[in-house]
Amino acid sequence: MIPRIAPFFFGLLALVLWESVVRLAEVPVYILPGPLAVVGAFLADPGGLLVSLASTLTVTFVALLVAAVLGGSMAIAMATSRMAQAAIQPWAVALQVTPLPAIAPLIIIWVGDPFTSLVVCATIVAFFPLFANTATGLASPPPELGDLFGLYGAGRWKTLVLLRLPAALPYFLSGLRISGGLALVGAVVAELVAGSGGFASGLAYRILEASFRLEMPRMFAALVLLAVAGISINFGLGAFGRAVLRRWGDG
Amino acid sequence: MLTISSVGRRFPTGTEALRDASLRLNAGDFVALLGPSGCGKSTLLRLIAGLDRPDSGTLTWDAGQPPAPGEVGYVFQDATLLPWASTADNVWLPLRLRGISRDQAEPAIAAVLARVGLKGFESSRPRQLSGGMRMRVSIARALVTKPRLLLMDEPFAALDEFTRHKLQADLLALHASIGCTVVFVTHSIYEAAFLARRVVLMTPRPGRIAREMDSSVSHSADTRLDPAYAALVAEISQAMEAELR
Repeated sequence: MIPRIAPFFFGLLALVLWESVVRLAEVPVYILPGPLAVVGAFLADPGGLLVSLASTLTVTFVALLVAAVLGGSMAIAMATSRMAQAAIQPWAVALQVTPLPAIAPLIIIWVGDPFTSLVVCATIVAFFPLFANTATGLASPPPELGDLFGLYGAGRWKTLVLLRLPAALPYFLSGLRISGGLALVGAVVAELVAGSGGFASGLAYRILEASFRLEMPRMFAALVLLAVAGISINFGLGAFGRAVLRRWGDG
Repeated sequence: MLTISSVGRRFPTGTEALRDASLRLNAGDFVALLGPSGCGKSTLLRLIAGLDRPDSGTLTWDAGQPPAPGEVGYVFQDATLLPWASTADNVWLPLRLRGISRDQAEPAIAAVLARVGLKGFESSRPRQLSGGMRMRVSIARALVTKPRLLLMDEPFAALDEFTRHKLQADLLALHASIGCTVVFVTHSIYEAAFLARRVVLMTPRPGRIAREMDSSVSHSADTRLDPAYAALVAEISQAMEAELR
């Protein structure tokens, strides 16, 4: 019980400390607002910030979905053909090591449509863990099981469906959890790079906007929303993965 | 059932796993391939199963052609079960791969599970079972297609001694009641002497068959107390030492 509430207790303590330091040292609000000022800024315009959050989350989840479909199917293509593996693997790694902020401006110019370009950016970041994890999972069954399937005359297709895909499922799900957080990061980075030329509605844009106007409490409020969204995505996808595996009987 | 003549196998790495191995398998045999690691016993088993091909020599089946899928059962050192599938679903696998539905397979699954003493564990997952029980599932899976030939690659090597003794006794009972041919790979002299009607001694570098020894040990509840068993163990040990020198 105590370990479970410990983080909340610590957080509360930090907030109280933060508020008291800001008040006692009379830190100007444009340098560091206290938590009460941040809450006040949120309550002043909750609708605007929540709409922005919804916009960022839409980009995040569309990107996650696209990354899951692309990453999963490319891993399967790679698992079924050595040629595909040789062709895909180096490019997937190249994509992984290219920093998103460096290619985001290009993508935004090329794609044109702001929403689509944000999704493309976030997908690029979210793709690799899903792809790599699924590929690892597909290759995870011991060779003896492959021999066994061969012994009973199972072809590639049956081996894929009855052995490799079920074996890859837990790996895919943990990739999904990692990529969920990364998709949010990708969406935020892309919004920051796009700035006012972008979709102009996401939370990262609100942060930029607030920083230009020196509205620090509003900036903090947007930051807190992003942090809460990131944590929720992580926990939500973790719970989703466990539920799927339990339904599959491997809980 | 099968005549193996002068079979050789060299791996791409250059290791000569097997040289000039010849062996005759008769229907109903219980043959142990015995030797230290690297003697080619597992390679020979894989060749018999058709999981690998020899570089030289021939395998001639009395039936005129290699066995069809399902006519050979194979048990590995690890149980190699599907971790997400229940006991019954794991045993169903060989039948499922041949297009037999779960409903059609149900009687065969129930029968073979009863045979290996796993009645009541149909819906257990592998992780809920002990090592010995997982190996029983693995044996049931190999037997569910009613194979004429059962190939076992050190199936009990990873089990504790008490579990191993129990499974050895149960395997002999199964062999007596089913009557299929068994080829059993082991590095334990005691295991080979206890189980096999014929012990094939193999030596490493290169892997080859050194000699064959017949067993006249009578199988009963207290085989291990039988002087003939002790004599056979001693005889195999001496022969092995002589061959390895």
